[in-house]
Amino acid sequence: MELAHFCSTSRVVIVAGKGGVGKTTVAATLAVAAARSGLRVLIVEVEGKSGLSTAFNRPALGYEEQELAPGIRGRTLTPDAALRDWLAGNGLKRISKRLVQSGALDVIATAVPGMKDILVLGKVKSLEQSGTADLIIVDAPAAGHALTFLTSAHGLLDAVAVGPVRKQAADVVEMLSDPQRCQVILVTLPEETPVNEAVDTAFAIEDRVGVRLGPMIVNGCYPDLDLPDGSATAAAAQADAEMIDVFVSDREAHDLAAAAAFRAERTAIQVVQADRLAERLPLPQIRLPFIFTSELGFSEIETLADSFVTGLDPL
Amino acid sequence: MNVHTLNDVVDHGAIAVCCGSGGVGKTTTAAVVAIEGARRGRRAVVVTIDPAKRLANALGLDELANEPRLIDPSRWDPDNHRVPGGELSAMMLDTKSTFDGLVTRYADSPAQAQRILANNFYKNISSALSGTQEYMAMEKLHELHEDGGFDLIVVDTPPSRHALDFLDAPARLLRLLNNAVFRMLMVPTRTYLKIAGAAVQAFIRTVSRVVGTEVVDDIVAFFRSFEGMEEGFRTRAERVVEILQQNETRFVLVTSPQRDAIEEARYFAEQIGNHNLAVDALVVNRVHPRFGTEMSAGLRARAESLRELTFSNRNQREARDRLAARYQNLGEFNEIAERERAHIETVRVRTRSAGVAFVPYLPHDVHDFTALAEIGRILFAPPDNDARPPSTGD
Repeated sequence: MELAHFCSTSRVVIVAGKGGVGKTTVAATLAVAAARSGLRVLIVEVEGKSGLSTAFNRPALGYEEQELAPGIRGRTLTPDAALRDWLAGNGLKRISKRLVQSGALDVIATAVPGMKDILVLGKVKSLEQSGTADLIIVDAPAAGHALTFLTSAHGLLDAVAVGPVRKQAADVVEMLSDPQRCQVILVTLPEETPVNEAVDTAFAIEDRVGVRLGPMIVNGCYPDLDLPDGSATAAAAQADAEMIDVFVSDREAHDLAAAAAFRAERTAIQVVQADRLAERLPLPQIRLPFIFTSELGFSEIETLADSFVTGLDPL
Repeated sequence: MNVHTLNDVVDHGAIAVCCGSGGVGKTTTAAVVAIEGARRGRRAVVVTIDPAKRLANALGLDELANEPRLIDPSRWDPDNHRVPGGELSAMMLDTKSTFDGLVTRYADSPAQAQRILANNFYKNISSALSGTQEYMAMEKLHELHEDGGFDLIVVDTPPSRHALDFLDAPARLLRLLNNAVFRMLMVPTRTYLKIAGAAVQAFIRTVSRVVGTEVVDDIVAFFRSFEGMEEGFRTRAERVVEILQQNETRFVLVTSPQRDAIEEARYFAEQIGNHNLAVDALVVNRVHPRFGTEMSAGLRARAESLRELTFSNRNQREARDRLAARYQNLGEFNEIAERERAHIETVRVRTRSAGVAFVPYLPHDVHDFTALAEIGRILFAPPDNDARPPSTGD
């Protein structure tokens, strides 16, 4: 699949996955890839904290949009801010302060579970329709919350019979279930438990939300070391050193071999897990490489974007 | 300074709270601590929250059981090495039925309990409200503690956005239950209605316009039925916080060495001090090994300089590339190791009095007693596995 084709599939892409799988990194990667094909990209961060702006070497994101890189803007969209916007948009600005101060809002949010999520997604929907960006990438909440986040609108339609909140939920459901408008990209790691959870989440999302699932991102795959079998011994390292006439101490040969063996072992496990994921989940996979450098910066995101584009090719 | 260690947690703790962000191996660590306690002759129970399926199966928790179940010793102590008297039980927290139990306990009459249990607003509080799971985990801890029966209660905490939610959840729920606006509605006296009635009614009408009258009716009905029960809940919540501050309560902070998990752990370590509590033991899971003592920068430079060597012979060029790849790889892993150790250090400075234990990156996930025993051997290896992260090549 061409990058441009992928980017035109839907205007909204929700990136979801458990904490620690590199969801934010993947959101940044998608943004960089899309900006390369000339799209105006907006990244929406819903938890109010992530390393997103650090990766672009910019100050922390706020409610106002800011440029992260040429063609890429970013902003936060927390439930509280979405609520303020929504109240103002529904002629309720006057009472919003009182709702918050009296604590009545917490009571209402409890009475209508998922209300805050719906307001966030509702705001995403209005951004989508305003045409402010060609591609809107939503960095979804972490943990088991992603499914709750996506199912909130359906749940609310059952709970609330009338009113503007219901209308908002209906609009959100419409957006989520339209594959031309929205898709969810799941991120996971090539390890046993994350793979199991990704499979469960994917089926649950499909059954309960009916949203289109884009390619599965398997993050953190060790790049191939290009060492033939049998190279992970101290003797093999010494033999190579002798052939090119450089000195390698026994101690160092031992360390080189141990590290090569560890890499081979981990890589084999990763391949088994990624293949298992492919078997259990009929979704195309894009495998992104593990980045060994200390902290992720723009050049690392560029590397990941290259891998992403390459990974799209066979799809 | 009194240095606590995991050994102390297992030998002298009455309660061990395992906390940390999601996905760092909290449940596994909790299970290992409880098993070790049982091996040392204690009657131990582990309270798990949303364990991975295969671990749940291993613990015999294939169905939701809100009460502890005894695990056959042949499963966790196949070689019969335990100190006599040691017992291991496990349970999986069922948030809603724990909450239902509280309501039933504090209601004046079965009729009041029934009204509350059937109310839609209550159903949301007891199942969907964030923080309820945290509160009920602490409530279960309290219940097991009061009932006696166990002398080591190990409790896992929910994978909250903030690891400290379990400390604050009771207070937050109480605030919700004490909401002034809705309390006015539940008091059916005329005096109240005269004073605040008109304003409140107008406010409620606005709210009804937003979310519909049915929702508001549910809320009002809930506050009416709940009348008189807040006191019981408050007392209970205060006692939960009290037992967390007892001398025999231990906090085990679990983390992985990754940056985001470390940030959460650091935040936790800071906050727990603000609650007049202390981290007693720090467990760092999935630590990468360090291979030898050479620094990553030097190893990478070596890989670069090897690649610059030119050879006319193809075999030599291939040997050069293989050797450079090995140096590159060693440099990359040692960089991870260096970075992880720097991250861990930022937590250690905040948990100075806590013993630290490291679990290396294992080639497989942990979901049976054999694997749990393997981790137990690492965590409780004598003498205290307290010194430094794993390294090879010694």
